[in-house]
Amino acid sequence: MGIPLSYIIRNLWTRRLTTALTAGGLALVVFVFATVLMLDAGLKRTLVTTGEFDNVVVIRKGSETEIQSGIARDQARVVETHAAVAIGGDGQPLASKETVVLISLLRRGDSRPSNVVIRGTSPMGIALRPQVQIRTGRAFRPGTSEIIVGSSIAERFDAAALGGRLHFAQREWTVVGVFDAQGSGFDSEVWGDVEQLMQSFRRTGYSSMVVRLASSDVFERFRADIDADPRLANESKREQTFYSDQSKALSTFINVLGLTLSIIFSIGAMIGAMITMYASVANRVGEIGTLRALGFRRRAVLSAFLVEAMLLGLVGGAAGLALASLMQYASFSTMNFQTFADLSFQFILTPAVAVQALVFALVMGLVGGFLPAIRASRLNIVEALRAM
Amino acid sequence: MSTAPFIEIRHLSKAYQRGGQTVPVLNDINLDVMPGEFTALMGPSGSGKSTLLNLIAGIDKPDSGMLRVGGLDISQLDESELADWRANHIGFIFQFYNLMPVLTAFENVELPLMLTRLTRAERRERVELTLSMVGLEDRATHYPSELSGGQQQRVAIARAIVADPSLIVADEPTGDLDRVSAGDVLALLRRLNSELGKTILMVTHDMQAAKSARRLIQLEKGELGAPASEPGA
Amino acid sequence: MFVLKLIARNALRHKLRTGLTILGLLVAVTAYGLLQTVVDAWYAGAQAASSTRLITRNSISLVFPLPLNYEARIRSIEGVTAVARSNWFGGIYQNPKNFFAQFAVSPNYLDLYPEFVLPEAQRQAWLRDRKGCLIGRQLADVYGFKVGDVLPLRGTIFPGTWEFVVRGIFEGSDETKITRQMMFHWDYLNETLRKSAKQRVDQVGIYIVGVQTTEGAPSVARAIDATFRNSLAETLTESEQAFQLGFVAMSNEIIAAIRIVSYVVIAIILAVMANTMAMSARERVAEYATLKALGFPPRFIAMLVFGESAVICAIGGGVAIAAMPYVAAGFKHFAGEYFPVFEVSTLTLALQAACATMVAVAAAIVPAVSAARTRIVQGLRAIG
Repeated sequence: MGIPLSYIIRNLWTRRLTTALTAGGLALVVFVFATVLMLDAGLKRTLVTTGEFDNVVVIRKGSETEIQSGIARDQARVVETHAAVAIGGDGQPLASKETVVLISLLRRGDSRPSNVVIRGTSPMGIALRPQVQIRTGRAFRPGTSEIIVGSSIAERFDAAALGGRLHFAQREWTVVGVFDAQGSGFDSEVWGDVEQLMQSFRRTGYSSMVVRLASSDVFERFRADIDADPRLANESKREQTFYSDQSKALSTFINVLGLTLSIIFSIGAMIGAMITMYASVANRVGEIGTLRALGFRRRAVLSAFLVEAMLLGLVGGAAGLALASLMQYASFSTMNFQTFADLSFQFILTPAVAVQALVFALVMGLVGGFLPAIRASRLNIVEALRAM
Repeated sequence: MSTAPFIEIRHLSKAYQRGGQTVPVLNDINLDVMPGEFTALMGPSGSGKSTLLNLIAGIDKPDSGMLRVGGLDISQLDESELADWRANHIGFIFQFYNLMPVLTAFENVELPLMLTRLTRAERRERVELTLSMVGLEDRATHYPSELSGGQQQRVAIARAIVADPSLIVADEPTGDLDRVSAGDVLALLRRLNSELGKTILMVTHDMQAAKSARRLIQLEKGELGAPASEPGA
Repeated sequence: MFVLKLIARNALRHKLRTGLTILGLLVAVTAYGLLQTVVDAWYAGAQAASSTRLITRNSISLVFPLPLNYEARIRSIEGVTAVARSNWFGGIYQNPKNFFAQFAVSPNYLDLYPEFVLPEAQRQAWLRDRKGCLIGRQLADVYGFKVGDVLPLRGTIFPGTWEFVVRGIFEGSDETKITRQMMFHWDYLNETLRKSAKQRVDQVGIYIVGVQTTEGAPSVARAIDATFRNSLAETLTESEQAFQLGFVAMSNEIIAAIRIVSYVVIAIILAVMANTMAMSARERVAEYATLKALGFPPRFIAMLVFGESAVICAIGGGVAIAAMPYVAAGFKHFAGEYFPVFEVSTLTLALQAACATMVAVAAAIVPAVSAARTRIVQGLRAIG
C-alpha cells in the first residue's frame, strides 16, 4: 500500500520557496540541455534534408567539400553521359555542372564579414532541387549578371535583399530573386549562372556535379564506375549523405560541448536536489516514524521520497523546456568548420527533444533524491517517533 | 527598609493581531514588584502571563501604559536601546533551554559576556564561577546534545546569571523536566534569590514550582486576579 | 573572533549539506572558468598576432589565390621589409580527427615569425631538403614525431598522398604562440602541381607582409591594395590581428552562447546556495531569537548568515580557482585539436572570484535580512 500522492504533492507545496529554488536550478540545466538538443536537431534538419535522395554529387577524389574539389570539363562530359544518369524530357541528361566558391560579405549590422557560399549553377541545377522554391522575384537568366539568394542570406546580409547589388570578382551582380529552401543548407547560399561566375572567377573547371539517377537502385553501379574510371579522378555520394557528412564536425562539436556542459550543470542541480531532499527527510522524521508505525512499509517510504524528488525534477523539467521552446523564435548562424562557410539554422523542438529533456529532468531528480530516500526508509521507528 | 519598587507597571495593555482580528491579551495591568522578590506568575493558558513576562523582559513592547524597570521606563526605548538594556539587566531562562547547539556548556554560559568589554581571562573566571554554582564545572566542555534536560537547564541558569543581571525572568523553567530535575532547578532558583538577592519573575502553570516562589500573582483573561499570599516559605 | 567561531561551527553542523554545497560551488566555478577560457582560446590566433605583420589575400575570399608575380611588386612598396608566401594545405594525417594546421611556405617565412624558435642546424637542414617540414613542439609531443620521421599526409585540396620528412621542431617564444602546426616548402608544392595540375601552379594563398613600423602599417596596407585594384585578382590587406579576428567573428554566435552559458551555471549554483542558506536560517529561528533576547544586535545575526555563506563560497570558490591550472591542463589534453592554446588568464581567475563573492552575497541577502528581523517572541515559540 503506497503513500498517497496528494501527501507528497502537498509537502512540496508547503515548502514552496525551497521547491521553487530547487526546481529553478533543475530548470536551468534542462534549458541548456534542451537548447543544445534543439540546436543539433536544427543543424541536422538543415543539412540532412539538404538535397534529394536520388541526386548524386560528384567531386574530386580526396576532397571533402565542393570548395576543395575540381572537375575538368572533359571529366564532366564523361560523367553526364553515364547510363545511370536520368534523361529529361528533352533528351538531355539530368545533370548540372556547378562551381562553388566562398565570398566575403558583410553581415547586417556587423563590420566583419562572413564567408558565404556562391554556387554557379543552371536552370537544370534549379530543377534538380525541387525543394528550392523561388518566393519573391524570379530565377536568374543564364548569361547575365543576375543572382538569386537563399532566404537566410537575404535576411542576414546587407545588400543581399531583393533588388540589391553585390560587388565581387570585378562585376556587379543584381539580386533578382529570393528562394526558400525549406530550411536546408541551400538557404544559406547565393546562386548564379555557372558560366558567368566561372568567367569572373577565372576558373577553367567546375567544382562539382549533381546528377539525377535514372532509378534509385543504380546508385551503387554509378558510384563504382565513377570510382574506377581511369579518365576520372572522382568520387560520388548521394546528395543528402554528402551534405550531412559536411556537418559532422560542427555537429560533433555542438553535441560534445553541449552534453559535457549539461552533465556538469546537472551535477550542480542534483546537488541542489539532494540537499533539498535530505532536509525534507530531516524535517519529517516524526511523520515518517508515524507512517511506519501505522503500517506503511519501508518500500512505501522509499518510493514516496523518490516520487517527491522526481516531481521536483518534473516541475523543473517542464519549466526548463518551456523556456527552451522560446528559443524557437531565434535563429543561429555560425561558420561550418569543415566548409568554412556561413550556415544558418534554427532551434527545432521535436517531440524527441521534449521527451529526452523531461527524462533527463526525472533522472536528475531520481539521482538527487536517491540517497535521502534510502535514509528515510532506513529510519528506526522508535527513534523517529522520539524525535517528535 | 524603604525601597522603591524594582518593577513599576501602570495601565499596561497589549493586544495581538491574529488573522485580521485584534485579540486583547493584557488589559490595564497595574503591578509593583520589589527588589529581591521571587514572584510566580500563574494563570490558565491564554491568560497573558507569558506576554506580561515578555514585556517586562523587554523582548516585546506594550501598546500603552508605563513600564518602569530599575527606574527606567523601558516602554520608551527603541529596539537597539532595548537590546543593550537587556544585555546589561536581564537574565533569561526558557522552557526549552534555548542553548546554542554548536557551543559547549562553557561557551553557552560565556555568550552574554561577549556583549561586554571583559577580557578573555575575566570572562573565563566568571563562567567557571557560575558553572560551579550550578554544579556543572565538570561538564564545561560538553555540548548540549551530550547533557540531560536538567543539566541543560542548569547551564541556561548559569548563562542567565553570568552577567550579573538585576532581574531574572524564567518562562516555564521546569515545563520540560522530570520531577527530580525540576526540583534541582527550583532549588537553584531559590538559592539565587536568597543568597544572591536576585529578583526573579517566573511564569509557571506547575503548582509545585510556584511553591518555590514567595509571591504568587494570578492572571486571568489579561487581568490580575486577587493579590496573593505567600504560597511557600 | 567569536562571531567567526559561531559561523564556522554553524557551517559544520550539517556536514553533508555544507559539503554538498561546497562541491556544487566547486563544480560551478570550475565550469565557469573553463568556459571563459574556451572563449579566450578562440582568440588565440588574434592574440599571437604581431603588429608589424600584414596579411594580403584575394579580396573575394580566402578560397581564391593570388598570382606569384605579386610578390615582387609587394616587396617593392615603401615600408615593406619582407614578403613571405603561405598556402593552406588542409591535408589529413591518418584520419580527419587528427586535425592540425599545415602550411606550404616560402623559405623566408621563419624570418617573419621570429616567435618560432628553431636551432640553426635544424633550419639549415630544412632549407636543404625540398621535402622537409618543420613541426611545432606541441604537435611533436601529441603524435610523438621526432626529427627524421616521415610525415605522410592525404591531400584534400591538393589530392594525392604527400610525404614529408621532419627536419626540425620549433618552440614558441611563449605560451600564447601556436605550436600545433606544420610547415613545408611552397616550392615543393608548386613543382609537384606543375607535373599533375598545371593550371594550379604559381598560385599563392596569402602573402605575409612585414612592415617597418606599426604606425606605418595602415598606409602600407592601403598602398598594397591600391597597387592591385582593377587587376585580375584584387587584394585585401589587413593587419594580422584583423585577419585572425575575422575568423573568430564567423563563430561569434557560438562564442556568445558559450559566454551566456557560463553565467547560467553561476545562476544554477546561486539557486542551490540560496536554498541552502534559506533552509539553514529557517531552522535556526529559535536560536536567532534567543541571541536577540540576550541582547545581540540584529546586525550580529545578519553577520552569522552572511558569514556562513561567505565561508562556503570561499572554500568552494577558492579550491576551484586553485585547481584551475590543473583542470585546464587536463582539458587541453583532451581537446587539444580544437584549442591549441588553452591558458587560463588572470582575468578569468579574478572573474571566478567575483562570481563566488556575488553568489555568497546574493544567496545570503534575503535570509540574512529576514534573520536579523526575527521577532523575538515569535522566534522563541518556534522550536528549532
